[in-house]
Amino acid sequence: MATAHAAHDDHHHGEPTGWRRYVYSTNHKDIGTMYLWFSIMAGVIGGFLSVMMRMELQEPGIQIFHGLAQMVYGVSPENAVDNGKHMFNAFVSAHGLIMVFFMIMPAVIGGFGNWFVPLMIGAPDMAFPRMNNISFWLLIPAFGLLLISMFVGGPAGMHGAGTGWTVYAPLSTTGHPGPAVDFAILSLHIAGASSILGAINFITTIFNMRAPGMTLHKMPLFVWSVLVTVFLLLLSLPVLAGAITMLLTDRNFGTSFFEASQGGDPILFQHLFWFFGHPEVYILVLPGFGIISHIVSTFSKKPVFGYLGMAYAMVAIGVVGFIVWAHHMYTVGMDADTQAYFVAATMIIAVPTGVKIFSWIATMWGGSIEFRAPMVWAIGFIFLFTVGGVTGVVLANAGIDRSLHDTYYVVAHFHYTMSLGATFAIFAGWYYWFPKIFGYMYSETIAKLHFWVTFIGVNLVFFPQHFLGLAGMPRRYIDYPEVYAQWNYVSSIGSYISAFGVLIFLFGVISAFSKKVKAADNPWGEGATTLEWTLSSPPPFHQFSTLPVIK
Amino acid sequence: MSVNPDPRANRRVALISSGVALGMLGLAFASVPLYRIFCQVTGFGGTTQRAETAPAQVTDKIIKVRFDANVSSEMGWVFRPAVTSMEVKLGEISMAHYVAQNMTQQEVTGSAVFNVTPTEAGIYFNKIACFCFTQQTLKPGERVEMPVQFFVDPALLDDADTKHISEITLSYSFYPVKSKAAGEQAAVQTN
Repeated sequence: MATAHAAHDDHHHGEPTGWRRYVYSTNHKDIGTMYLWFSIMAGVIGGFLSVMMRMELQEPGIQIFHGLAQMVYGVSPENAVDNGKHMFNAFVSAHGLIMVFFMIMPAVIGGFGNWFVPLMIGAPDMAFPRMNNISFWLLIPAFGLLLISMFVGGPAGMHGAGTGWTVYAPLSTTGHPGPAVDFAILSLHIAGASSILGAINFITTIFNMRAPGMTLHKMPLFVWSVLVTVFLLLLSLPVLAGAITMLLTDRNFGTSFFEASQGGDPILFQHLFWFFGHPEVYILVLPGFGIISHIVSTFSKKPVFGYLGMAYAMVAIGVVGFIVWAHHMYTVGMDADTQAYFVAATMIIAVPTGVKIFSWIATMWGGSIEFRAPMVWAIGFIFLFTVGGVTGVVLANAGIDRSLHDTYYVVAHFHYTMSLGATFAIFAGWYYWFPKIFGYMYSETIAKLHFWVTFIGVNLVFFPQHFLGLAGMPRRYIDYPEVYAQWNYVSSIGSYISAFGVLIFLFGVISAFSKKVKAADNPWGEGATTLEWTLSSPPPFHQFSTLPVIK
Repeated sequence: MSVNPDPRANRRVALISSGVALGMLGLAFASVPLYRIFCQVTGFGGTTQRAETAPAQVTDKIIKVRFDANVSSEMGWVFRPAVTSMEVKLGEISMAHYVAQNMTQQEVTGSAVFNVTPTEAGIYFNKIACFCFTQQTLKPGERVEMPVQFFVDPALLDDADTKHISEITLSYSFYPVKSKAAGEQAAVQTN
């Protein structure tokens, strides 16, 4: 089944079993499932790193990282504090990279995208099933390299890359002579290659393999959101690949792209990084927009309000997302006109985003709303994402950004959009599609408990960080003055509550798999109108041998 | 609008997409020279301009030019301006001197990178001759005066972003040139 059309006759063959079914898999549903498990595993590791950071920041002073550095790296007690400080930075960096590249992206694009893009457009599989397999298996070595980077030399005498996920030069070049940054760069190269291959696969699938009658303007919004997302990936990731390749040659082969002493310019790296980095944050959240649209419509028992507006709002967000990157670097010394442009362009993004928020609300308006677990998560998403959006409009202003740049206000802002927004969308999608993917119903009580514990937890973590940021607490430090102690304490408590929420989530998954309550083909009733609900739960190994016709 | 039985259609979309990705990769590398040209043309980031000839007119408007010197600790040079500031008329060609001395026992070659602040003034700050245009080599203990010949373009007064400027700081940082090949590249880039 090298190509999709061959898959039509494929149901004659026996299904592969055992490890071959997964390692050699060319089946979009199996690969999607592997992506989802991978994402959960990476999310637990990335979440563990964040809880360690919150434990450290619970009180002023250095609590645990000097001990951790002695334990993990075996450094001598007199070097423990300095090593611990660097280790904290390495945790910050790894947390960011893991959550972006190995948790959210695999979940929404690799996981839900692989599962439901072919199902929703009525296709038998992805256009290039073997490439799909490569995309997934490239992620494993990429993740391995990133984990290794935490344990090898960074700056002299220390371990890991303490550069942040932004890997700015010169900290990542002359500041980290050890191989840790090289490992991180190669990890990003491989993860990037995986995503680009995935993007090409999705574009081909969505353009060429829609069922008869499925015009672009009839395509479900989740498919639209993935389409926009993979275009962003295709256009932005190669720029990151180029930038980090230049970093790599600067570090190892004597080039001077970002080396000021040789006539290079480190600011150029920031431009290249954010030309990728800004679209990247939309890559993380756009598929979430698609998921939320389906859930809100399903549980309001109404078609989504303003379908075309919703689709083109995502296109607009994607396009405008490419021309606002310098709002991440207002402080590098741009003239007033340049800053004015980036302020204006950034604020314009609030318009299509507002269209989406209001359309979700309008979808609910007058609907027969049923507060099942996916809907509760979806409403949580809308609320939290809006909070993050509002602080985003604040930060868009170059003048205000002068004082808030690199403070906890920024940390709070992007966690409200990513950690709370995108992750809530993932959990909403998880509870929405879990019965379809695995064929079992989960416990509604556990799912709602998971929601409330997580909702309270994450708000306790991040809302106080607005206050800390406004009070001037800078990010990426292991220690802080005592004035910041109280809200940091609250934030750390919130982090433990959120971590407990993750345990509830895992418990819910285990309980669903052990109870084996059979899920109906369409457990959500008349509101669930997309094609995946016309199939059995779980769907057959090969679906749509006769193509559905969309009227 | 239907499942395409033709694998060539899939291949075509995949090839176009790959081409787009490769194109973006190429653009990322092309951005290096493009960014340099952009800085030179617009004076972005305080990039100074290089002029061959004197400006057409000299005005009476006085502006203060301050001189700043930095040197990499690896070089073993002392590097400082002969005078820390001077007042010049807009459009008038002036000459300033920096003093450099090699305090080490070896011959050391260095090249200087430079910019001006406020960065908006870069486009109006013209150098006719400068020690920073080429590499400088000092023998052990050698002490030299390094001249820079410059003028500030009177057009500064016509620009809303720069007409309030009464003081421009010209800054140099000397870095060692590590190898011959790398050094030639550096000289090209700093120009």
